[in-house]
Amino acid sequence: MKIPRENIRNFCIIAHIDHGKSTLADRILEQTDSVPLREMENQILDNMDLERERGITIKAHAVTLLYHAKNGQDYIFNLIDTPGHVDFNYEVSRSLAACEGAVLVVDASQGIEAQTLANTYLAVDAGLEIVPVINKIDLPSAQPEKVRREIEDVIGIPSDDAPCISAKLGINIDQVMEQIVEKIPAPKGDENAPLKALIFDSYYDSYKGAVAHVRVFNGTVKPGDEIRMMSAGGKFTVVDCGYMRATSYEPAPCLHAGDVGVISASIKAVREARVGDTITLASNPAKEPLPGYRPAQPMVFCGIYPADGAKYPDLRDALEKLQLNDAALSFEPETSAALGFGFRCGFLGLLHLDVVQERLEREYSLDLVTTAPSVVYRLKLTDGTVKMIDNPTNYPDPSQIAEAHEPFTDTHIYTPKNYVGNVMDLCQERRGTFLDMNYLDTDRVDLHYELPLNEIIYDFFDALKSRTRGYASLDYTLSGYRKSNLVKLDILLNGEPVDALSFIIFADEAYPRARRMVEKLRDKIPRQLFEIPIQACVGGRVIARETVKALRKDVLAKCYGGDISRKKKLLEKQKEGKKRMRRIGTVEVPKEAFLSILKLDE
Amino acid sequence: MAGQPECSSGKSIGLYIHVPFCDGKCPYCDFFSLRGNSSMMDDYTECIINNLKSSSEQTARKADSLYLGGGTPSLLGGRRTARIVEAARKYFGLEGAEIAVEANPGSGLAEFFREAAAAGVNRVSLGLQSADGDELRLLGRRHTADDAARAVEAARNAGIGSISLDLMLAVQGQTEESLRHSIEFCASCGVQHVSAYLLKVEPHTLYWKERASLRLPDEDTSAALYLEAVRLLAAHGYRQYEISNFAKPGFESRHNLKYWHCEEYLGLGPSAHSFLSGRRFHYASSLRGYLAGDGPVQDGTGGDFDEFSMLRLRLAEGLTDRVCRARFGYAVPEKISRAAERYEPAGLIQCFPGGFRFTPRGFLVSNALTAEVLFPSPAS
Repeated sequence: MKIPRENIRNFCIIAHIDHGKSTLADRILEQTDSVPLREMENQILDNMDLERERGITIKAHAVTLLYHAKNGQDYIFNLIDTPGHVDFNYEVSRSLAACEGAVLVVDASQGIEAQTLANTYLAVDAGLEIVPVINKIDLPSAQPEKVRREIEDVIGIPSDDAPCISAKLGINIDQVMEQIVEKIPAPKGDENAPLKALIFDSYYDSYKGAVAHVRVFNGTVKPGDEIRMMSAGGKFTVVDCGYMRATSYEPAPCLHAGDVGVISASIKAVREARVGDTITLASNPAKEPLPGYRPAQPMVFCGIYPADGAKYPDLRDALEKLQLNDAALSFEPETSAALGFGFRCGFLGLLHLDVVQERLEREYSLDLVTTAPSVVYRLKLTDGTVKMIDNPTNYPDPSQIAEAHEPFTDTHIYTPKNYVGNVMDLCQERRGTFLDMNYLDTDRVDLHYELPLNEIIYDFFDALKSRTRGYASLDYTLSGYRKSNLVKLDILLNGEPVDALSFIIFADEAYPRARRMVEKLRDKIPRQLFEIPIQACVGGRVIARETVKALRKDVLAKCYGGDISRKKKLLEKQKEGKKRMRRIGTVEVPKEAFLSILKLDE
Repeated sequence: MAGQPECSSGKSIGLYIHVPFCDGKCPYCDFFSLRGNSSMMDDYTECIINNLKSSSEQTARKADSLYLGGGTPSLLGGRRTARIVEAARKYFGLEGAEIAVEANPGSGLAEFFREAAAAGVNRVSLGLQSADGDELRLLGRRHTADDAARAVEAARNAGIGSISLDLMLAVQGQTEESLRHSIEFCASCGVQHVSAYLLKVEPHTLYWKERASLRLPDEDTSAALYLEAVRLLAAHGYRQYEISNFAKPGFESRHNLKYWHCEEYLGLGPSAHSFLSGRRFHYASSLRGYLAGDGPVQDGTGGDFDEFSMLRLRLAEGLTDRVCRARFGYAVPEKISRAAERYEPAGLIQCFPGGFRFTPRGFLVSNALTAEVLFPSPAS
């Protein structure tokens, strides 16, 4: 039974955290013949434990559902789930590009909030039809009429017939389904034109290899076809294609224009089925790829080392496995005098780094030490050569450096107009250069700045959110390198440099950073039997210094009445504690000290 | 590698009896104690005597030391004390044993010492704490230095040949001057042994509650006072043999040495600890529970190399190949000796052929130093 293209609906759900996106998705699954109720484990779409814990969706997922509408016809609903963090903006934009509509869920007791707006604008800008839905009407504090007006006034979307629902209790879900049928347009496309299919997500399956979630815009694709990735360039033969149903995969003889489905073609790793790329037929290729493709570009690098040197092979295996399913993760072996053998890893940003680190520690049970995150600097040496440095330990002697360049970004910040002043202050603090400002509508402003990548990758996003009460959003691309005054900041413990603690930094920020680091180290390194001088140096000159005083009195004077338990417990605790120490020269540094100092300036 | 404790059923053990009665609670004390009345003390005495009988049957061991600690054991009075000592001798032998009792300076001691000595008590430890009136007051002690001098006199007159005085170091108001005065007082009393403990403010004590307002010497001053005490005591003939214990030659506490030699002992009474046949256990801190016959709490095994070394390093004798071989069949492990050598230049450890010991400066940081020496981390 083939369902005509006019009966396909491709859409996503947009909502502020906790406004009910996942619960609504579950209800929609229930309403279609997708999941027998007894198989429902709450919130099927968020299937990674980590995602569940953090309450965020990290990888996009898509399901194909069959809906029998009130008009008696059958419809295919392709529900695409989207991640919501600036590190993954690109992925969000590609998922939106696969849709024609977006169901906007607003909590009837909370009203419109920051993330709602930010993502709604993304959807509006992508040309999607917005279907507003007012949720949580079961709550005593629900004010559906007020929220209806808010949607109209703030976003400018007509909402008098927006369904009032309770996803939790399953009230009025059918109204949502019907509005999806009525309001969201069917996909356009020409089955007979050359194949153009957008990869909006990909994942690694141990049997099939990398599997691509695609939205077919033109043409058809079937098993046996030889396909080509138009931007990444790889050629593959389609082994299988079909639909992801809620709990299982359903193969299909082919996918047509308008469809959302999956293609597997014995692709070795997801980096070869890159999100945003266009799949076409080798024998009859499309003239141009779909717009919006960006190559995988790690922006942030750090060193990752096993706390126990013997676990190096385990770390390598774990990184290899993660990379199968993470196109943006890169890694290469490196060594550190302080930490031994490890890897230099590349990430999209700090959230990405965080997630990878946590997956390594949790899913692969690895105990890790990480060095400070760094961007890639470009150095012109006095002998004419040009070096790209992503690791402070490779920073050459200053006397050899003719010119130093740091990467800059072209950054757009979208914010309500009352926060423009705050945002401009923040950008100024972060060495931003104002480029221009555009009013997107009566309330929203697009601030266009050039900012050093260095300033963005750390805590810029958090600072931006806090200065705009969560309403601002951010998008940036690399714009090139600019000359900069850079220095290398070294940390010495008891006179010995600790390579893992080195930083490359803008010269004017060296002193404040140095002070923060030596103070943090002084607080985190436990007192020991010798005095420990902590020094921060630039070019061999000490610019900041703290000291950890030597222990003078640390004794259990009374071991009385045969009760040695206190002493014994202490000794055991010390023995355990030692396992988490790294000895750097003569100084014992606990692993926690490394992490807290190196992760971020907090 | 767990060593064979020298405890094949031949060797004599130590016997400890915790007497939990006190007539007040000193603000720094975290030992188990309570105000007792005559009838409680009677019940307690009966219970102890019965337990002495039953545990001797259970363990089939003999003891060569007995120590009545507390609390204030002298509050039991001479008669009860004598009965307990006699029972211990009856069931555990106590041949040639050191039999010690703790006492607080106060009235009625002369009578108490006479009765105790008659029962065989040959060592007394008196809670002096300080010879300075102000310090005593701030310590919440209820006696004067003179009371203590009289108590020493009474013990000597009763024929007790080994007398020890307790001192506390780094207490409120203490200076090098007042410390010297307290030590000279001990010397002039002619006692054979001094225990000098650095004050530590423990949770669940009055000092702990008031810690924000206590005027205690700072860390550097406390360290200096301890080192000064070691020096002064040595000058008066009291040789340091443990972190906090100093004796004229031959008058070291044989009973307490069992703890630091990791030898066996049995503890009776609430909160008393034991180490027997490789197992450690203790009775809960409840008089009612003890009188009701509650069994001890198990504390796992004891006597392994780490524990043995940790205790040996409290002693001036230190850790030696000889004692390790005798106990475990091997010498001090190489990596421990090497770790110890690292601290010689700083004056914390003294190495000698066949072993090493902590110096007084090393004793001051013995917690950290012990861990550094026993668990040296590999160099990066």
